[in-house]
Amino acid sequence: MAYFDAASTEPLHPQARDALLTAIDAGWADPARLYGQARRAHLLLEQARAEVAEALGARSDEVSFTPSGTQAVHLGVLGTLHGRRRAGRHLVVGAVEHSSVLHAAELHEREGGTVETVGVNLQGRVDAAAFAEAVARPGAALACLQSANHEVGTLQPVAEAAAACREHGVPLLVDAAQTAGRMPVPEGWSVLTASAHKWGGPAGVGVLAVRKGTRFRSFLPEDERERRRVPGFENVPAIFAAAAALRASLAEAAEEQARLSALVDRVRRRVPELVPDVEVIGDPRERAPHIVTFSCLYVDGEALLTELDKAGFAVSSGSSCTASTLRPSHVLEAMGVLTHGNIRVSLPRGAAEADVDRFLAVLPGLVHRIRQDAGVA
Amino acid sequence: MTEVSEPALTIDALGKKCPIPIIMLAEQINHVPLDGVVAVLADDPAAYNDVPAWCRLKSHKHVGSYELPGGGWSIHVRRNY
Repeated sequence: MAYFDAASTEPLHPQARDALLTAIDAGWADPARLYGQARRAHLLLEQARAEVAEALGARSDEVSFTPSGTQAVHLGVLGTLHGRRRAGRHLVVGAVEHSSVLHAAELHEREGGTVETVGVNLQGRVDAAAFAEAVARPGAALACLQSANHEVGTLQPVAEAAAACREHGVPLLVDAAQTAGRMPVPEGWSVLTASAHKWGGPAGVGVLAVRKGTRFRSFLPEDERERRRVPGFENVPAIFAAAAALRASLAEAAEEQARLSALVDRVRRRVPELVPDVEVIGDPRERAPHIVTFSCLYVDGEALLTELDKAGFAVSSGSSCTASTLRPSHVLEAMGVLTHGNIRVSLPRGAAEADVDRFLAVLPGLVHRIRQDAGVA
Repeated sequence: MTEVSEPALTIDALGKKCPIPIIMLAEQINHVPLDGVVAVLADDPAAYNDVPAWCRLKSHKHVGSYELPGGGWSIHVRRNY
């Protein structure tokens, strides 16, 4: 089976596995207590925090660990809005943010706040000028922008957004879930979120970094853990493993991400040559190194996923029939591109060139057969 | 060219899931004369998005999408070639 769904989750890095097994034995105690085992757990936790902070361009005391990337976003968005409620209640988000951002925004709106959604172009890139206009409005309390889009890979104009936010004194939350461990974290964030299982760490570890000087106040019941930002007992072994995975991924990143990016270029170039009536979407250059998405006209996305699964390929789709809801992907909708027949290929560390070539070899026949069955080809 | 032309052909794709409305449109667009308008009646939210995207890919013109009283849309496409 060729696993091409790294944007959903990256397989556990071998160094994370080793670190996890070590820390399960050494780091099980309560890091907040004052005896030997506790001090050892505390040491592992703080070592992980220092490593993750350094890798993400933060200070140790700015970094908190959460039980998931989604929760890091929820806490980051709502905690910053809560901390800034006297400054205003206007929230600015990109139209193609992860659902965790959009769902937090919906909650904010239900509780009387206002939300402004900034549109994207055909490549899925947020309109930087419109974003700057939005953060300039009176009462702007927080702006959110992802580093790269999770469905099509397009990089967002974080530097421009950060400059506008700085000018107007509005904090910027950057959701770096798709790029942390693969690319440098963009500068200019006030709040940064990421998810360890996307860089080869275990599931159950998110990162919430809050820049010193950014007003933040948890909206949850008081708890002294994680600088009062995240309630509950830390999963020290998983956090320690997450840090090991981040260290290992970054050490390999320059070489491995360039290799994956070249394979993505090959898919981007070859798919339209091999398959008629297909559109490769997302920005061809300003993109995450591992993600490529295309849509095949007249093809049922679920049928294509099923056929690819039978042929030994794990990929995903933003087509509506493949999701639990009846709505197609909000990302593809916002871009104005085809939502049916959609396939996202996202390459994990170590993805084999031969598997990518085999994918390119089987795809045209599968698409042709599905179209034939539908009476099109 | 008037804003809303009377459709020369109406395709009833109500109750059909994407990509079927798009397949029906592609099959039947040539049944209207050049510059003629096809109305696709559809209630799959994906069709609301995908018919205009199909027009962009196939260089036909998406004239407009109008809500139907019973739910769904009438999506008008002008044949360009």
